[in-house]
Amino acid sequence: MTLTNGTPAAAPESSLSPILEAKRLVKTFGRVVGLDGVSLALYPGEVLAIIGDNGAGKSTLIKCLTGAEIPDEGEIFLDGAPVHFKRPQDARAAGIETVYQNLAVSPALDVAANLYLGREIRKAGILGSVFRVLDTKGMRQKARQGLNDLGISTLQDVTSPVENLSGGQRQAVAVARAAAFGSKVVVLDEPTAALGVRESNQVLQLVRNLRDKGIPVILISHNMPHVFDVADRIHIQRLGKKAATITPQSHSMTDAVAIMTGAATA
Amino acid sequence: MSKPATEPNPPTSALHLASEFLDRRTTLDKVRNVLHRYPALSPAVVLVIAIIVFGLLNDRFLAPANLSLITQQVAVVGTLAVAQTLIILTAGIDLSVGAVMVLSSMVVAQTATQNGLPGIVALLLGFIVGIAAGAFNGLLVTRLRLPPFIVTLGTLNIFVALTLLYSNGATVRGSEMPALLTWTGTTFDVLGVRISVGVIMMLVLYIVVAFILGKTAWGRHVYAVGDDKESARLAGISVNRVLMSVYIAAGAVLAIGAWIQIGRTNAASPNAGADLNLDSITAVVIGGTSLFGGRGTIWGTLLGALIVGVFRNGLSLAGLDVLYQTLAVGVLIIVAVSVDQWIRKVRK
Repeated sequence: MTLTNGTPAAAPESSLSPILEAKRLVKTFGRVVGLDGVSLALYPGEVLAIIGDNGAGKSTLIKCLTGAEIPDEGEIFLDGAPVHFKRPQDARAAGIETVYQNLAVSPALDVAANLYLGREIRKAGILGSVFRVLDTKGMRQKARQGLNDLGISTLQDVTSPVENLSGGQRQAVAVARAAAFGSKVVVLDEPTAALGVRESNQVLQLVRNLRDKGIPVILISHNMPHVFDVADRIHIQRLGKKAATITPQSHSMTDAVAIMTGAATA
Repeated sequence: MSKPATEPNPPTSALHLASEFLDRRTTLDKVRNVLHRYPALSPAVVLVIAIIVFGLLNDRFLAPANLSLITQQVAVVGTLAVAQTLIILTAGIDLSVGAVMVLSSMVVAQTATQNGLPGIVALLLGFIVGIAAGAFNGLLVTRLRLPPFIVTLGTLNIFVALTLLYSNGATVRGSEMPALLTWTGTTFDVLGVRISVGVIMMLVLYIVVAFILGKTAWGRHVYAVGDDKESARLAGISVNRVLMSVYIAAGAVLAIGAWIQIGRTNAASPNAGADLNLDSITAVVIGGTSLFGGRGTIWGTLLGALIVGVFRNGLSLAGLDVLYQTLAVGVLIIVAVSVDQWIRKVRK
């Protein structure tokens, strides 16, 4: 992998074309420039971490990619085709799933209900079409299947309410939901911020499992060891611009922090 | 979850300790877990105990005529409590349920008598009034983003005033109305107990709403919105649409309540529903539905309405002053909400 600076990142394997690509995104909030011409490319089967200090534009960048904000300038391409997201639902419909920092799970609903929240499956036949009866059994079965596929074995009881789960298990539910619907890209916003060591490791393993299933992941994190543990490439934001894109092999954590804070350039 | 290689399995002694710690949970904790899982269980237990106690205190309590009376006394509040449950499940509250019901009943009665409309058309107009009132509440909650308590406190007064303006404060007697309007008050025998059509209607309503809440995506979304609005929104649920539909559905239920009320009292009175809003909230709360939204069942509400009916009836048969009934209901509410708080602390 090569180190790049400024211009769009080089592909990890040059033959692949990016799944998600952003070109020269600009976003201003009044006089504050949130994003100042940021480009980013996400390739199949990779974990791309985005790091940066507070106010560096991480969140704004992610919000533009996931439809929560509309960039003032620049283009976003999904599978090579230009996309214009107006709402988070647009991005989701296009296959970009986001797991939010505050965990968008419903505590009183059970695991299976949470996995299918907002896209419930109805029973076949007249029961489903006329009486709109949910296929609860089918959803539970598929939920179990999906969790197994991701290697989440601690969540066998899909009928248990999410509020009875540990923080790591809740995160696993949120990630499993993001991965469950044929998504092309999964965006994880600070997935380990509220977790202990053991649970963080479980979530990082889940991120690797996602990548191994072929779903590329964008990971926003403040936690350098986690980023260097799991990321293939690291996009560093500084003052609204991309400072560099590095790899855990090419740079050390100290280098990354130096670039992040402006003490060094890549 | 498969463990990453960096993390060794905890030593067996630690596992053993952990399971021992879990086993040390008291019986009280287990009770709490069960109640947490089945929120309608505690009102069911209370109802059974109340029936046994009141039955022992007074022979007449379990007499068919008295049981029939209780069901009829519960029919109107029980119906209003269905609407109230839907709204409380979304973490809202509706102080205007009684006022909407009375307004709807006056429109039905007046249009059928003074304007001479056929009964079915009058009922239809009552439905439209109920749905419009619900939609008005819903619009204020979703568009102006006002708290439901404030919205319905305001509309409570508006609907009461509209009712009095419209009816000139006059009661319409059942004998003046088309038979269809008082049909809900007609009774028939079931195993010696006289059951009114209104009671059957209420029960059917519970079955239908229980089905919708438990088996459809809409029902699940109602719970999700009440549980955590932001999570529901991020999961792709249109929160405002769900809220709007809940308030409209509640309005339609209140119109059914108006019909049952006309049959029950054999009249339509503009002053009938003063306490019904609070009574419906009482039934919902005693039935184990959380005022914080997202938790509870419609069957709990039916049990809650029956508990209130049984307590009022049983205490009055026991020869106690009506004030003691009110006192008992007050105590029930406090106990029910305390139990809810205690249950919600489960595994936190």
